[in-house]
Amino acid sequence: MTNLLILPILIPLMTAIVLIFLAKWVMVQRVVSVISTIGTLVASIILLLTVKKEGIQTVDVSSWQAPFGITLVSDMLSVLLVTTTSLITLCVIIYSFRSIGKKREQFYYYSIIQFMLVGVNGAFTTGDIFNLFVFFEVMLMSSYVLIVIGGTKIQLRESIKYILVNVISSAIFVVAVAFLYSVIGSLNMADISKRIAEVGQLPILTVIAVLFLIVFGLKGAIFPLYFWLPGSYHAPPVPVLALFGSLLTKVGVYSILRTYSLFFYHNQAFTHELLQILAILTIIVGAIGAIAYWDVKKIIIYNIIIAVGVLTFGISLATEESIKGTIFYLIHDMIIKAALFLLIGVMIKITGTSNLRKMGGLIKKYPLLGWTFLVATFGLAGIPPLSGFVGKFLIVRAGLAEGAYVGALIVLLSSLFVLYSVIKIFMNGFWRSPQDYPGEEKQPVHFLWMPGAILVLVSIVYGVGAEGMYPIISQATEALIDPTIYIDAVLKE
Amino acid sequence: MKTNDVILQTASKVVFFIIILFAIHLFFAGHYHPGGGFVGGLMTSGAIVLLLLAYDIKTVSQGFPIDYKILIGVGLLFAAGTAAGALLFNVPLLTHAFGDFNLPLFGKTSLHTAMLFDTGVYLVVIGVTMTIIQTIGESE
Repeated sequence: MTNLLILPILIPLMTAIVLIFLAKWVMVQRVVSVISTIGTLVASIILLLTVKKEGIQTVDVSSWQAPFGITLVSDMLSVLLVTTTSLITLCVIIYSFRSIGKKREQFYYYSIIQFMLVGVNGAFTTGDIFNLFVFFEVMLMSSYVLIVIGGTKIQLRESIKYILVNVISSAIFVVAVAFLYSVIGSLNMADISKRIAEVGQLPILTVIAVLFLIVFGLKGAIFPLYFWLPGSYHAPPVPVLALFGSLLTKVGVYSILRTYSLFFYHNQAFTHELLQILAILTIIVGAIGAIAYWDVKKIIIYNIIIAVGVLTFGISLATEESIKGTIFYLIHDMIIKAALFLLIGVMIKITGTSNLRKMGGLIKKYPLLGWTFLVATFGLAGIPPLSGFVGKFLIVRAGLAEGAYVGALIVLLSSLFVLYSVIKIFMNGFWRSPQDYPGEEKQPVHFLWMPGAILVLVSIVYGVGAEGMYPIISQATEALIDPTIYIDAVLKE
Repeated sequence: MKTNDVILQTASKVVFFIIILFAIHLFFAGHYHPGGGFVGGLMTSGAIVLLLLAYDIKTVSQGFPIDYKILIGVGLLFAAGTAAGALLFNVPLLTHAFGDFNLPLFGKTSLHTAMLFDTGVYLVVIGVTMTIIQTIGESE
């Protein structure tokens, strides 16, 4: 079937449209969105198997040949991310049933979530730089709505900051694309890569590379550009936060990975070194934030920044091993961040506060929740049989092999800080003397625990089955290390 | 003292139809001349806004008993449906078809499925513009 790789974009789009008509009937909305998201997940798994068997899949939208029309490209990396995204969205939707509240549900909540899935899946799949911008905007517009939906005071305040930052970064994105187009004269990513390889990386292209780094750094929260993230992510309700934390910044990281491995790999001395320095600083800033706070949401939010730093450090090394590690870690981090946000969401529901000092003794009444959370924290820190280990191990080893000792050391040390910060949640929230919280009996704890537990289970399988994942990740790495594979698949030469 | 808007109201009744006709002209001209779904839709909602200025929200919504949010959905369905229609013929998404037809009243006319897509754009633009203006107008 020619259109298989469009399905993960088309199914959520159609669902989002249908859900506009169903705004008043909450039950129908729930059923429709769960069924369609399962459909998206199935479609992306089939696509994954197809890519594994037959190599990179492309579709020239509206039958215009490759450099002239928009091409959608599913290589192994993008299809892996699409599958992970669909899985996470499914879990978040199920979590939303009992936690987001009727008022928000009637106000197009599920429709907007589907639009966001369209944006994220589209951004991962597209092979056209301007189309990437458009999908970014689809994703961001939906995130604007999700951050403000409900209209509490803190949401209104933070959404203004969030929208302001993103409008500015989108404007820079347009300017960067305009520069690139005026130098190269093409928007198709494979064609751009080919033409850059022909002319070599002129100084102006290095400038454009840095401009792209600023854009995607703003989206993905790299060191000097992360300032908007802790406040903005603190505002929305937990399921929305889980979506944001696991998907949005990772789209920025994916875009850096794509552009820096496909376009700007000729003059690595400058661009990749800059990226490396920023990555190390990002990790340090994230680690400081993660240990500084006593607010469970804030702790996990700063852990996002640490993970972005680790990922960009892996990208900056640009060896086969480090890219492999980055992809391993990227997928692990998406899953485990979503799981952690959903689990602390349950804690917040039970205790009615996100302040760690006011929690305690949850393990007595909720042992399942406690042990799931402990496993998730170990996974996040990268303790060997679990999923965070392989990625970080490969990144550190690549760092040592490349002589980036400082970076490798900081990545290793960051694990300690990560572990300390999340174990702090476990020790203070679950141990200590039990307390009574008003209204805790009414909370649907088991229902809310389930989606998080599913994600933790997936991450355990992913970690233990790293051996089985290895050939898939290797296939994803090939196209990033050798851009000609990507170019040949798109331009059909 | 109550103001009397009889000149404004009478004039807008006439001008409304001229604007609507111009909007429809722009919409259909899109393939060969400047115009298309976006300006067409914007112009149409401009005409409705003129009525809103001359009358009040209640009167206008009696004249056009449409939920504009539903209109957005219908428009999106048109556009996405046209795009997805290509799936039925197993060609890449958004592949369009066209041909010349002999229609009873118009004579030889060339028709293109891009027109359906543009209809979607037209409806969405009207829907979005009117939703924005109405909700801002109604909220206190």
